[in-house]
Amino acid sequence: MSDLTHLTISQARTKLRAKEITATEITEAYLQAIERANPTLNAYVVVTDDKARDMAKASDAKLAKGEGGTLEGIPLGIKDLFGTEGIHTQACSHVLDGFKPHYESTVTANLWADGAVMLGKLNMDEFAMGSSNETSHYGPVVNPWRRSRLDTVVMPTTHQGDGGFVSAGGTRTARTLDNAQLVPGGSSGGSASAVSALLCAGATATDTGGSIRQPAAFTGTVGIKPTYGRCSRWGIVAFASSLDQAGPIARDVRDAAILLKSMASVDPRDTTSVDRPVPDYEAAIGKPIKGMKVGIPKEYRVDGMPDEIEALWQKGIAWLKDAGAEIVDISLPHTKYALPAYYIVAPAEASSNLARYDGVRYGLRVPGKDIVDMYEKTRATGFGREVKRRIMIGTYVLSAGYYDAYYLQAQKVRNLIKRDFENAFAAGVDVLLTPATPSAAFGIADEDMAADPVKMYLNDIFTVTVNMAGLPGIAVPAGLDAKGLPLGLQLIGRPFDEETLFQTAHVIEQAAGTFQPEKWW
Amino acid sequence: MSVDLQTVKRVARLARIAVSEEDAERMTGELNAILGFVEQLNEVDVSGVEPMTSVIPMEMKKRPDVVTDGSKAADIVANAPATEENFFLVPKVVE
Repeated sequence: MSDLTHLTISQARTKLRAKEITATEITEAYLQAIERANPTLNAYVVVTDDKARDMAKASDAKLAKGEGGTLEGIPLGIKDLFGTEGIHTQACSHVLDGFKPHYESTVTANLWADGAVMLGKLNMDEFAMGSSNETSHYGPVVNPWRRSRLDTVVMPTTHQGDGGFVSAGGTRTARTLDNAQLVPGGSSGGSASAVSALLCAGATATDTGGSIRQPAAFTGTVGIKPTYGRCSRWGIVAFASSLDQAGPIARDVRDAAILLKSMASVDPRDTTSVDRPVPDYEAAIGKPIKGMKVGIPKEYRVDGMPDEIEALWQKGIAWLKDAGAEIVDISLPHTKYALPAYYIVAPAEASSNLARYDGVRYGLRVPGKDIVDMYEKTRATGFGREVKRRIMIGTYVLSAGYYDAYYLQAQKVRNLIKRDFENAFAAGVDVLLTPATPSAAFGIADEDMAADPVKMYLNDIFTVTVNMAGLPGIAVPAGLDAKGLPLGLQLIGRPFDEETLFQTAHVIEQAAGTFQPEKWW
Repeated sequence: MSVDLQTVKRVARLARIAVSEEDAERMTGELNAILGFVEQLNEVDVSGVEPMTSVIPMEMKKRPDVVTDGSKAADIVANAPATEENFFLVPKVVE
């Protein structure tokens, strides 16, 4: 039965339709896998087993009649940021203790309408603020990948019988797994860990500065942040409204295309939802990229970037060239300002969005001597350190006298970042290729990162530009580093041209293969 | 620009987050590290540049000004820490 967890969504879909397997069987296989793995990996904060079984049963009834949607019977994990009716929805924050919404987010409603089965809610950085999944109220998520050491093992010399025959000693290499626990990235760390460890067939995630693509790169999975406006934000706990976008994390490019097709929609309840039909992303997979113009932005070669990341990038360039793409060097001169501009825009919007957590309408309330004292105590107790830090920054940059100097300046710089991309696209570039992250996964409780918040923020240096410009970006695994950890490449496309991203990412996937961690948990 | 301990306490008050003396001191250092990092934006010439408002040019969606939702008072107060007859209960505000 546990073999069923090895099926990709596209494989499971075929077997479910052919009635070779049932939705109940595959759901039970995942529930068992979660039960065994979750005490170690901490990817799920809630497992909705009864609901999963009910949904699977309903899917089986449809499948038996030859009916059902595009995701009928496919078990998924849902990031805790998505509002799910009657089910734990806390953005992994203490301040939302006990919150169970009376509504369903548009994205998850779309998935259920297409027949998907909910396994549970996935761990994440508190309010999606973090790059390591260590800011969660529910504790860190563990990356199923571990560093390993390549050892040369000298084969023992064996004597056989009286004849004194001696086998050739010789050597072989063996990988030894290191015990150190690594982060899965963040903020969608639970989604990435669960997909990589086969604890769901695919997962929802969200990306404000890199929260889909960075964890995907750290876990050898595929993650796409679509164009701002492609997925409805309705019913998703808000972090930075002008940057937040939902997207999937999946095992391969095709599965990501299948999931995004279902998640994306035109939604009158989100005024930023863009009024254009959702294309069949899967149809773009396998189309040749001959003649496609791939831009290589020189500003993504940053100081202190490991040689392995540069080598991976060159490998990606070679793969696309071999497939017939034309490689052009381009410049995006405002790249280095994206991260500082982000750390004004995102905290400013967050401080405003998180003003609603005051102990009155939902979640935690800590009593005080008067109402202001209650607000202050509730928020001091309910928010974690990183969230408070960002609310403070946001409150400061929006406070009287500073709005123009900080927020307005950042929004103008943001326009320049967007123009850099527009100039590249106007010059005929179809897609950009960059590394996804400046390093592989790092250790849980990394001392350097804990001591300096800016150091942690630098994780998003290659992904945050894409949010600032509102463009679509996909992270696709491209290889392993010397320690055996996955590394990813990122492709950036024109607005609403997710199809080109799937098409090109598939070429990289064909060349690089897919990656699975060795099971130790 | 950098912040001092007094500014941090004032901002915490604006943000309605209670901070201890120790918290405020730690936050002063952290906030200054972040503000130092974002300082580099000042070197960008933004004269004549409009602030960004949308990814692709689009008009704000409008809908007829009619009631499309509502009559869900019980749902709305369902998650509140303290309620009475579909009202949120808070400590006394007006003497």
